[in-house]
Amino acid sequence: MAEIQKTVTNDPFRKYNLTLAERLYLPAIMKGMGVTISYFFKKPVTIQYPEEKAYVPHRWRGRHVLKRDEFGRERCVGCQMCELACPADAITIQAGEVPPERRHLHTTERYSVTYEIDMLRCIYCGMCEEACPEAAIFLTPFYEFAEDSREKLIYTKEMLTERIGGPIFYKD
Amino acid sequence: MPEIVAFLLEKSLVAVFIFIVVLTVVAFSTWIERIVAGHIQMRYGPNRAGPFGILQVAADGVKFFMKEEFIPDRANKALFIIAPSFTFMAAGFIMAVIPFGDRIIVAGREVLLQIADINIGVLYVLAIGSLGVYGIIAGGWASNNKYSLMGGLRASSQMISYEIAMGLAIVALLLDHGTLSLRQIVMNQQGAIWHWSVFSHPIGFLLFYVAAFAESARIPFDLPEAENEIVAGYHTEYSAMKFGLFMFGEFLHMILASGMIVTLYFGGWGIPWVQPPAEPGILWGLLSLLVFWVKTYFFVFVFMWVRWTLPRFRYDQLMNLGWKRLIPIGLANIVITAGLLLIFQHFGIAG
Repeated sequence: MAEIQKTVTNDPFRKYNLTLAERLYLPAIMKGMGVTISYFFKKPVTIQYPEEKAYVPHRWRGRHVLKRDEFGRERCVGCQMCELACPADAITIQAGEVPPERRHLHTTERYSVTYEIDMLRCIYCGMCEEACPEAAIFLTPFYEFAEDSREKLIYTKEMLTERIGGPIFYKD
Repeated sequence: MPEIVAFLLEKSLVAVFIFIVVLTVVAFSTWIERIVAGHIQMRYGPNRAGPFGILQVAADGVKFFMKEEFIPDRANKALFIIAPSFTFMAAGFIMAVIPFGDRIIVAGREVLLQIADINIGVLYVLAIGSLGVYGIIAGGWASNNKYSLMGGLRASSQMISYEIAMGLAIVALLLDHGTLSLRQIVMNQQGAIWHWSVFSHPIGFLLFYVAAFAESARIPFDLPEAENEIVAGYHTEYSAMKFGLFMFGEFLHMILASGMIVTLYFGGWGIPWVQPPAEPGILWGLLSLLVFWVKTYFFVFVFMWVRWTLPRFRYDQLMNLGWKRLIPIGLANIVITAGLLLIFQHFGIAG
């Protein structure tokens, strides 16, 4: 019984014979369509944002916050360690002496007069959090702060500092 | 009311009704295609615009109207503008003869849910379907773009090759039915479910289905659209509404091809074992219309299902399949069918 020798390629190391069923393509097509239709009936894996949100661990590095101590005083002393540590040069600090009217808000004489983080430059690595000697800056798991212009995403100290009582983010 | 006026009124009403129904189905097919595509890929399709994303169709329509229309610099203006209409027209003319439903008796007149029941229906469909190639060639040529031209040429060669296969696939069926009238073919398939022509002509059905894929330029035969489109393609230079017409025409072609398959092989608008009432009213007409669309939509779903299953054919594989495989199988099918018919007639077996 002579079998029809049908080879796939001319490569001598890859020749093999196709059965009639394989050459007809149809059984293979049917099998493929079976796989496809089984996926049709599976539940989609899409997370329907904004109704559903993805799981974010509590140590996930998102938006920055400058924390206060238990007496309401800002912990940031303007030492510029975070500015030094930042690999993306996203933090800009002007340090200065605490004026008399602000004495109740700070622990020492030095504070950050202006503290700006360019949220678009920031790579959210957390080096500033690691570098801070006062445990002042932390990265929170909050990520929904999209804006429509670059200027709006340069966060100032007021926007970054934790609020006393109530939600900590200025936007809430 | 004089007979001629009543006749014209009846025909125009049926024509408008069928036109609206078919175009609505086509518009929603674009939405359904995306939903089916999404679910096959384990994601949702568009579900933001309106409930279940139904208004996506309206959003797409608005987008097509609002986009900037431009014509390339040295393009052939007249051909460039007419090309999409050719595709749409060729597909649109086919809907004039497809039997969408049974006859109904309304206001004392017998009205067919079919715009024109001509007695060469099948020939008309094949002939008009061939006109669709002009749109692709014109689009590819008029774009003044070498890649579009190449895409158009490959597309046209694909389409004309598979038209032969399509015609040959049907010939065996026509030998059996003995008529070219689409309504008569549907009527011959009424009764039990095994009267459907697919059971007596399975190979013909398969050939016709494969040829219909190639004619509609759907995957796995979508060389005209996707392969070249990574570089260019016959509808590259087309912007808003012109591209919309091309896309619409392609979907229309796909749906009407499914309609033809249902008409020729699956008993058209008929429900097996259900006789039409003696005085069919509007309700029976709507029921037959619904049955037709349910069957057609199953095949449209298979079109979409296959699209997301199979990879694309290479050009030489495609030509090989059309000329060296489908045509011989079609011819063999005709010979075998003719022989069997002769034998059945000789021995008086009902066929």
